[in-house]
Amino acid sequence: MIKELHTKLVNGKITSVALTEEYFSRIESRDAEIGAYLTLMKESALVQARAVDEKIKNGEEIGMLEGIPCAIKDNICVEGVRATAGSKILDNYIAPYDATVIRRLKEAGAVIIGKTNMDEFAMGSSTENSAYQVTKNPVDITRVPGGSSGGSAAAVVADEAVFSLGTDTGGSIRQPAAFCGLVGLKPTYGRVSRYGAMAMGSSLDQIGPFGKTVEDVALVLSCIAGEDSMDATTAEGAHKPYESFLSGDIQGLRIGIPKEYFSEALDPRIKRVADEAIEKFKRLGAEIVSVSLPNSEYALPAYYIAMPAEVSSNLARFDGVKYGLRVNDNEDSIKKSNNLLETYLDTRRFGFGPEVKRRIMLGTYILSAGYYDAYYIKAQKVRSLLRHDFEKAFEQVDLIFSPTAPEVAFKIGEKTDDPLKMYLGDIYTITANLVGVPAISFPMGTLEEDGKNLPLGGHLMAKWFDEETLLCAADAFEKGFK
Amino acid sequence: MLSKEEVKHIALLARIGVKDDEVEKYQEDLSGVLDFFKDLEKADVSAVSVPRQIIGRENGMRGDNAYERAPHQTELIMNNVPETKGKYVKVKSVF
Repeated sequence: MIKELHTKLVNGKITSVALTEEYFSRIESRDAEIGAYLTLMKESALVQARAVDEKIKNGEEIGMLEGIPCAIKDNICVEGVRATAGSKILDNYIAPYDATVIRRLKEAGAVIIGKTNMDEFAMGSSTENSAYQVTKNPVDITRVPGGSSGGSAAAVVADEAVFSLGTDTGGSIRQPAAFCGLVGLKPTYGRVSRYGAMAMGSSLDQIGPFGKTVEDVALVLSCIAGEDSMDATTAEGAHKPYESFLSGDIQGLRIGIPKEYFSEALDPRIKRVADEAIEKFKRLGAEIVSVSLPNSEYALPAYYIAMPAEVSSNLARFDGVKYGLRVNDNEDSIKKSNNLLETYLDTRRFGFGPEVKRRIMLGTYILSAGYYDAYYIKAQKVRSLLRHDFEKAFEQVDLIFSPTAPEVAFKIGEKTDDPLKMYLGDIYTITANLVGVPAISFPMGTLEEDGKNLPLGGHLMAKWFDEETLLCAADAFEKGFK
Repeated sequence: MLSKEEVKHIALLARIGVKDDEVEKYQEDLSGVLDFFKDLEKADVSAVSVPRQIIGRENGMRGDNAYERAPHQTELIMNNVPETKGKYVKVKSVF
């Protein structure tokens, strides 16, 4: 899709201004219903688009993303633009600098058209936890788009952006990609700089792209990947350009099927579609190998310890002092102390939503004296166990396959009362974050529910920093079975 | 099950104001998740250590150099401060 638009721009069939206006007019007619965007940036987008058109007019060469309209999740900073992260505590926050990924997109000439809705501080799997609005799944507006990057997914599937960026701490790019029928990539931990993305779980977070095709996602990754002095965890040696690895040839590639991911508990209707996808990979020449990840059952509890622990620490900065909401002298205050502690308690009480408060409190408990070893240290050690599982599996195979989620997009409101039930949906995606490997969700089929064909995502994980094999396999599947 | 006192203590440590009538809900929610962690007790971690960094990177180092920020960025940062006095951030007294 990006390449086609690029060719049209170069050949003068369209202008970037016309393309950008087309996307804004679609947003104007559709987004009141979908609710993908929190902030629109029409003025600056058109300035960017005009600059690209000028270059084309002068016969200058333009890059692949140049002049292409894109959307950014609202927890990623764009200088001078409001960034709420879906929270009331940042309702009036204007980002004072560009995230590294934004700087790279701007340098590449991509046109940023707006900031997208999300679960508050990326905590949720449905985008229902946003303090602003519920985003609807454009495939079926009675259903959620997934989350937490639900707005970024909805924007692309509703043709309100060509591609978008999300963040993924436990599946927040891949699960919405699956629910909306898109391609979503979580790069290897350290592949993309996190500078300027609001931290949730610092040892788990990665920024990654959404697109309609694997090629689009590869093109965006080539732009945003690479070492950055502002994020000490970034690795050197990104294998750019990633789109050059999309040969369509996966002859002899070994794809592992972990028995733990295909247990009795998996919905047989989803298992059938996944089995068909395995057959398709076989027909493309891949070798299917049964593997075992024996510690898989511990991944979910380990994640729900490690993540809130990091959340409680990272979100301590929202204290009403330097930015965001400050609640002083509230008549409904719990503590009439008239000191700084009262400001903290009231600001965070009124500024954060219920799920965020739950996770901060859970993390605070986990890290408190007497529980730290039993919970936090244990969970960290389980991450080592899981890493060993993956190292062993990757001695036998190049990729690991499963469904992305154990369900299709669920109905709005269906799970809001039961946080634990919501957490269980992360079963296939969280391990990639716990061990740091790259993972992709791609459309693998559909499931009929209430007379609607709902998308199902296939999930592939690759070795650390082997995004090229991951993208190559997903692309071969996409090309082979349109 | 966490006691009401424990929930209030955690809330104070977390700097989140919680009203009495909210305590019960947190008791339920937090205890439910903590029960779910019991599954981890079976995991045998005797042979592994705590990973320092999940992708096995060594420390990333850079020079301790000062660099200039554009002046308008200072303004953008200060514009986000809820309350200022001159060039300073104003807060309530600690005690």
